[in-house]
Amino acid sequence: MTQKIVRLSGELDHHSAAPLKEKLDTLIKSGGKGLRLVLDFGDVTLMDSSGIGLIIGRYKLLKNSGGELAVQGLNQQIDKVFRLSGLYRIIKKI
Amino acid sequence: MNNKMELRFPGISANEGFARICAAAFASQLDPTLEEIADIKTAISEAVTNAIVHAYQEKGGEVVLRGELGERFVRFEIEDSGKGIENLEEALQPFYTTCQGEERSGMGFTVMQTFMDEMQVASQPGQGTKVMLFKKIGK
Repeated sequence: MTQKIVRLSGELDHHSAAPLKEKLDTLIKSGGKGLRLVLDFGDVTLMDSSGIGLIIGRYKLLKNSGGELAVQGLNQQIDKVFRLSGLYRIIKKI
Repeated sequence: MNNKMELRFPGISANEGFARICAAAFASQLDPTLEEIADIKTAISEAVTNAIVHAYQEKGGEVVLRGELGERFVRFEIEDSGKGIENLEEALQPFYTTCQGEERSGMGFTVMQTFMDEMQVASQPGQGTKVMLFKKIGK
């Protein structure tokens, strides 16, 4: 399984979600079948519910091509949004 | 400590971050913890994004952010003059969204409720929506 780690930075909201979605989708499509994508939130200071939609969308895309999505480096605020929305039920934290 | 502020800005996505920073700077007068500041920024982001995405459907319109500080609390109002919410009970349900296929999570109000101590929503279809958010600081 190929693994790619993407290091995100800044604030993940509705404003930043659209350009990020495009970049991630290009990466996922070029990654072929069975890609393991790790999103590193180490430099992300804030994520709101727009980020939930973005993550679920990428999760589905990867799942359809036999891949998987994992996350790492979440701060307390982002961890709270993940727990609240049940994202950890489908996305692994490493 | 008693203080008030009012901010009016166009409902464009670039102002989501601007509104969060302003709300956090205003609340910082009460010497909140970093977690309290993060909670406020997240909740304001949700309310302002709702105004931009749902009330004005990304076509723009004025958003008003009001803040009020008391001894150990902060209260915010986020008001728009957009399309309003037809069914408030439905809108408040976790994962409910009217934007199918657009990757909206439907978690905006749930996040506001969780990150603040109190939330009230008043809406008139065709006239607009007002969200009131309340948080105790230094509990």
